[in-house]
Amino acid sequence: MNLNISAFASGLTFGLGLIISQMINPVKVLSFLDVTGNWDPSLALVMAGALLTLGLLQWLIRKSTKHIQSANAIKQATPKKIDVKLIFGSSLFGIGWGLSGLCPGPALVGLTSGLSGSYVFAAALFIGFLLFNKLHRKP
Amino acid sequence: MTLLTVATAFSGGIFIGLASAILLFFNNRNAGISGIAAGLIKPWQQDSYWRLSFIIGLVISAPLWRLLVGDISIQINTPLIVLAVAGLLVGYGTQLGGGCTSGHGICGNARLSPRSIVATLTFMAAAGITVYLVRHIF
Repeated sequence: MNLNISAFASGLTFGLGLIISQMINPVKVLSFLDVTGNWDPSLALVMAGALLTLGLLQWLIRKSTKHIQSANAIKQATPKKIDVKLIFGSSLFGIGWGLSGLCPGPALVGLTSGLSGSYVFAAALFIGFLLFNKLHRKP
Repeated sequence: MTLLTVATAFSGGIFIGLASAILLFFNNRNAGISGIAAGLIKPWQQDSYWRLSFIIGLVISAPLWRLLVGDISIQINTPLIVLAVAGLLVGYGTQLGGGCTSGHGICGNARLSPRSIVATLTFMAAAGITVYLVRHIF
């Protein structure tokens, strides 16, 4: 299949999943993260549903001999080191997520919502990407 | 939490898992949204086409839903200045940590990557503590 068509289908399906699950609503996400308040744990099931589905399909993909190599390649391409960058970066991400209720997927799906908050967050998100490239990537 | 939100959360998760499997199977890529999006701000290359296709699919899911199904509830109560800071933290943090809720939280955890498990526990804890401080302390 054309790589662009499959990528488009994946993005579209991903977006629909974020909409159906209400992950794209920051107020809902914040009430999921507010464990000691009026906690709404339902969003934990988003991860459960996604992990079960991907886990099962991934297992089926690995079983088909045709794709064993590519499945292994992905695994090997992934760095295994648990370092300060991983912990510090994930902490910063978590703080930003906790302040806003937005992570990158919902931020992009929300771009057509017409809310000024969506635009501000998405612009800052890309400035954050650029900042990382400036500071950590040699040209 | 109601039976309905349990059902919508779980079925939305199934869509997300399916989306990640499509990208893994056909493109041999992890559906990590922060990584896919950040790859687009580098100089244009062959690799940029599928990234852009993915992001276009992601973004048009919302207007398509509004057209075919109905309203989407998105409420943002956070002040704009806080959103700006949060966006910077999410953008920079996901690049430094090598993934976000999708890349680490879904794709990495599904292949039981120790890095992703540690990252997920870290950003979940950081987010939980942040919400606790904002809502119950300050």
